[in-house]
Amino acid sequence: MGEFKVHRVRFFDYMPTAIRAMAFNAHTERLALARMDGSVEIFNFTDHYFQEKVIPGKDSRSIESLCWVGGRLFSAGLNGEIAEYDLENLRPKYSLEAYGGPIWTIISNTQGTQLAIGCEDGTVKLFEVLEEHIQFERNLDRQKGRIISLSWHPSGTHIAAGMMDMIRVFDVPTGHAVQRLLVDRGFGGSKSRETVVWSVAFLSDHTVVSGDSAGKVQVWDGHTGTLVKTHLVTKWDVLALSVSKDESSVVAGTSEGTVIQFQFIAPTLHQQQDKEWVRTRTFKNHTHDVRALAEIETAIVSGGMDTHLVVRPLLEKFDEKSHASGLRKIHFPHVIANNINLSCAKKAGLLLFQFPGQLELWRLGDSDEHGKPGDRLPLKRKPEKLLLLKRKGEDHICCSALSSCGGWLAYSTVSSVRIYRLQTDNNNISITKVSKLPKALHSAHQLCFSSDSSKMFAASSQSSVLVIALTQSECKYVHTLKPKSGSRQPIHLMTTSGDGKWLAAANSDCEIHVYNLQKLKLHCIVPVYGSCPSAMGIHPTTNNMTVVHADQQLFEYSIVEKQYTDWSRKLQKQGLHNVWLDRDTPVTHVTFNSKNPNQVVLHDMHMFCIIDQMFIHPCPCHNGLIGFSGLFYNQMTLRSLSEQERPSHLHAFKICKTFQVSLLFLASLLDDQSLVVVERPLLAITSQLPAPVRQKKFAT
Amino acid sequence: MATLFEGFTLCGLVQTSSASDSAIQGIELDGDSDHAVVTDSTRAVTLYKVSDQKPLGSWTVKQGQLLTCPAVFNFQTKEYVVVSDNKVIRVWKEEDLNLDKAFKATVSADVWRVHSAPGGELVVLFQRGAVRLLDSLLSAPQQPIEGILSEKEVIRWSTNIVAEKQHFVLFTTEQRGEHFLYVQRLNPNTLQKYRLEREDSGASPLSFSASLRDKHINLLYLYPNGCVYQSVVAVRGPVGLEGVQALPRSLRLRLPVGEGELGAASAVALDEAHVAVVGMPHPSARTGKDFLCIWNTNFQTLQAEILRIVWCYLGKLFVPHGKALSVIPYECQKSSLASALGKLRHPGIAVSKSSVAIPSWNTLLHGDQPQGPTKIVDTRKSVLTVVHLQPLQTGPVEEVRREVEALVSRGDAQDLQLSVGRLACQLVARSQVETAFYAPGALARLVQTQCLCHSMCPDLLLLALEHKDYFLCQLCLQLFPDIPEVVTCACLKTFIGNEVLQTPYSDNLLVPHLKDLNAPQVILFLQYLQFIYLKYSQDVYTQTPVLRSPTMTQIIDWVCLLLDAHFTVLVMAPDAKGLLSNLQSFVKSQVKLFSELGKIEGSLQELHKMKPSKDISQYSIEVIELF
Repeated sequence: MGEFKVHRVRFFDYMPTAIRAMAFNAHTERLALARMDGSVEIFNFTDHYFQEKVIPGKDSRSIESLCWVGGRLFSAGLNGEIAEYDLENLRPKYSLEAYGGPIWTIISNTQGTQLAIGCEDGTVKLFEVLEEHIQFERNLDRQKGRIISLSWHPSGTHIAAGMMDMIRVFDVPTGHAVQRLLVDRGFGGSKSRETVVWSVAFLSDHTVVSGDSAGKVQVWDGHTGTLVKTHLVTKWDVLALSVSKDESSVVAGTSEGTVIQFQFIAPTLHQQQDKEWVRTRTFKNHTHDVRALAEIETAIVSGGMDTHLVVRPLLEKFDEKSHASGLRKIHFPHVIANNINLSCAKKAGLLLFQFPGQLELWRLGDSDEHGKPGDRLPLKRKPEKLLLLKRKGEDHICCSALSSCGGWLAYSTVSSVRIYRLQTDNNNISITKVSKLPKALHSAHQLCFSSDSSKMFAASSQSSVLVIALTQSECKYVHTLKPKSGSRQPIHLMTTSGDGKWLAAANSDCEIHVYNLQKLKLHCIVPVYGSCPSAMGIHPTTNNMTVVHADQQLFEYSIVEKQYTDWSRKLQKQGLHNVWLDRDTPVTHVTFNSKNPNQVVLHDMHMFCIIDQMFIHPCPCHNGLIGFSGLFYNQMTLRSLSEQERPSHLHAFKICKTFQVSLLFLASLLDDQSLVVVERPLLAITSQLPAPVRQKKFAT
Repeated sequence: MATLFEGFTLCGLVQTSSASDSAIQGIELDGDSDHAVVTDSTRAVTLYKVSDQKPLGSWTVKQGQLLTCPAVFNFQTKEYVVVSDNKVIRVWKEEDLNLDKAFKATVSADVWRVHSAPGGELVVLFQRGAVRLLDSLLSAPQQPIEGILSEKEVIRWSTNIVAEKQHFVLFTTEQRGEHFLYVQRLNPNTLQKYRLEREDSGASPLSFSASLRDKHINLLYLYPNGCVYQSVVAVRGPVGLEGVQALPRSLRLRLPVGEGELGAASAVALDEAHVAVVGMPHPSARTGKDFLCIWNTNFQTLQAEILRIVWCYLGKLFVPHGKALSVIPYECQKSSLASALGKLRHPGIAVSKSSVAIPSWNTLLHGDQPQGPTKIVDTRKSVLTVVHLQPLQTGPVEEVRREVEALVSRGDAQDLQLSVGRLACQLVARSQVETAFYAPGALARLVQTQCLCHSMCPDLLLLALEHKDYFLCQLCLQLFPDIPEVVTCACLKTFIGNEVLQTPYSDNLLVPHLKDLNAPQVILFLQYLQFIYLKYSQDVYTQTPVLRSPTMTQIIDWVCLLLDAHFTVLVMAPDAKGLLSNLQSFVKSQVKLFSELGKIEGSLQELHKMKPSKDISQYSIEVIELF
């Protein structure tokens, strides 16, 4: 198809932060995940684990524990506050001082009427869950020593609390501690150290399961307070426990990075009645502490210090191999692609990198040379960091944008939006903050500039979009574009057309609204598809919009004609190839080749793909047809073929995994037929982590 | 170096009535490199997995029918094709169980062979010389087939070759003792006929083999007198030339035939330098003709030997012999004179080797029949420079020296080589006749010209030994590249020096001669070797390479050889005890060192692997190509 120059950028040293807590909402099948920097991510497990929402972190916020009550999400942390989140506006709704010192854990009863928190000062505090708020109710009997972990009996009458060296069982109506279960200390040198009960689980039959810092998983009888069984599973800590919905299985996460499963089964075939908790399986998908665990219907979800979210399917729950039965490792938040902006003004590519605390502006290098495929060109100019812009305030940056002319830069936190004017001539760069901003513009979920840089668009609450006019002297509010559907969900994708006429915005309700920017009104709604759009782009010349969804489906929609294009219809009729559908990371960016209108450039974490509509669609139904082999070969395989063989294997999906050792963030075409690829090798992230407590050595 | 690996039996064979006929009609390749399609001489086709020696499928035609051509595999359609009773073409797939139910087509003329090659279409060659693509033939099976060959002209051998998108069918015919080669090009179809040169004896070639090399088809054929000839036909041959062309040939190899002529034998070219031959007597003159030999045609050396041959595919030889079909994997490495002849002079020693003029091997090939690799006879019959032979024949030693000096300083390089050889031979001959005459100065001067080698004047070194002229001996040992092992040992018996250790030799040939040394000589030699070894190992790091000093490897090699040859004698000799125990402790320490090195070998290899991984910098601009 041709040769491309690729700018391989590996200086984006983004580092995801460790996973601290997670909570799974079985009703909505959403997983809430808290990281060490105080950010919260929501994954939709019904839609290919798509990360549909991110609530940015805050310096002073730390989250130790998460808890769902119905569709409401609560967190508690060592800052001593309980917070409830506004999942529509992606910010904390309110936070509340609990007056018990640092909070270690938060749980709710099964009825969803009460919350309980465990505090540093030894109190278990109960809160009543009200319509719009929560209200302090009472304390249970205060204990000596901190409350590390809590578990509510499904009936709601008892609470088990993990503490130092012991577990207490409380009677909730009276508030009295009714049982005291003493937990042994470790052996040898650790004998002098207190045992921390990191996690407890209270089962319906009044069995209490505990995991502690001495490496034990213990099973207790909650009625009598007696120890039933001890499983010593590690030399280090057992940090997290999770119980399956039917209470037949418990999983424990350890500091070694292992997840160990226990099942309630009969140890022999003959005595099916005498069931006990038996250690069954060990999963090793992490290198560091497993701090957060959730056992869901068909899988074990785990996360921890090594920053990866792992969905490990339980294969006995599957009848056949399917998309869901494969192991998933989510290394990066999917929206990370939004953290990189590219502007290719004046033949100089500018890259804007967004970090939670700062923005970095880089200028790409340059080379005059030409080379043959596989060559690395000598650089005429090295890449250069032009600007480092630190955010103001405690809130982390949630979105940013760079105009295509390179003259404007904007970012937003949950509390404010800032716009800057950039002037670059040769080697000098000057930055001026735009001082007076319209009142309506106080925060944004997404920001983008029109292609001629005369307007800025800010995604606001209830899926609305603010249109701001930019001139040299001022910055003026123009209009608010509102969707007809009345959706309250936030916008997560926004893109404009090259001619400045159209703006498309996608929200978490899977709706895509297209607005006419000349008339400043809604043009059409793209037919709603059942999976969330993960990336979209409007073609600069044809104004056809390419949309890729979390389930890997691909559509092309003609904005002018308000219908899917013929190519898209044909593609859907024939069906996408399984090799395409089985990929496990969503497409995160769509861009186009301005020189060739038939080409669409897409990428996910592991590959980029140029779809050339002039080539045959690689569908099994095309086997042997008009000289096509029907095989979905990627570029590496094609390159290995001889020139005679190759033509029969060419197809529309040009998948390039040359950069597979690394993760890939962005592929975009600059003016001169070149691509920009931002890579973040996993190895570079691993090397920044602290040393694991135990490394697998050969033959040990 | 060509190596034959241990063979194994693929399957048993049914003995046919006549001993000369093979029970196998043909062996062809399948799509899988590990498969072989074996067609026996009567009714059955069997597909084997070669590495497992396991039949994967077998198909037979009904009793009364006869397979008349080996089954072939169609690489494009993954089907098998065979011809029964000359006219019936059968096509089937691997999963078909019954050959009778498979597709059949009867054609209008007798088929000689169906040929298949990866990357080419199937081609049918008829007995009268016509060629058709199988596809087009099957679309109209009863189409008339023209006759190309004249009356009484019969096909003897055929093959096909796919080259540069061109497809060729080659076949040879015989007509009244004359042999012809037909080269049929397909698409566009052209036919070229060549006449093979007649062998003097009027004999017919025993076997043919064709291979493609550098855009040329190389035809190799073997005559009963042991001559292996090669003819070359260009792939882009002279198109449009009418009539019969004469096909020039060149002699590649003359095999020792022994008495009489060969009855049945076969030669196959393995690569540029190696030819495998069966049905020949072994040169070591043992009786029986059941040897498979691989010959290096560049140096005319025998490289490996065992039994009979017929087919050769992908590094495997398929040889039916007796009651079994054997498979013998082989390997041919790039040939060098060194691997053909034995150990070379150590490259670390800066002897001006290039200036040592050895008669060109080519002159040998076209000259007399070679006697063996180490005996070189200058057969050039060109006019020599006029040498005043008279004083040499009769003059005193001093006069001879002066004459030689004058000649050496006068002659130009080319002529010098010839005249020096001649002179040396004459002087040596005179010395042998006149016991009183010996001209050490003149001979040394001749040796120092570096135009002389042992083969040119084999008696020179022996003469020097006889006269105990150690200076001349050393000079010869230093400067001659081709001293036979037996002479080296003879030198050893009389004196031990640096120089002996550095002469080139071949292990196998040296050991028998070493056995001629007696025990005290061996012990003395070993002591000497140990002494220089110790001397070296003390200052191994400070040692600078000195001219005429042997390397460590050479010393160790000689110690090994001596021990090999005389171990039993040395064990019995009481005065060798200390020496042997010293050597043993040395070997022990070496073994220990190597076992320690072996332990970390894996890690070291990993380091090696890590190196080529590209240095990943923070930024680069690369060019990629998408298809």
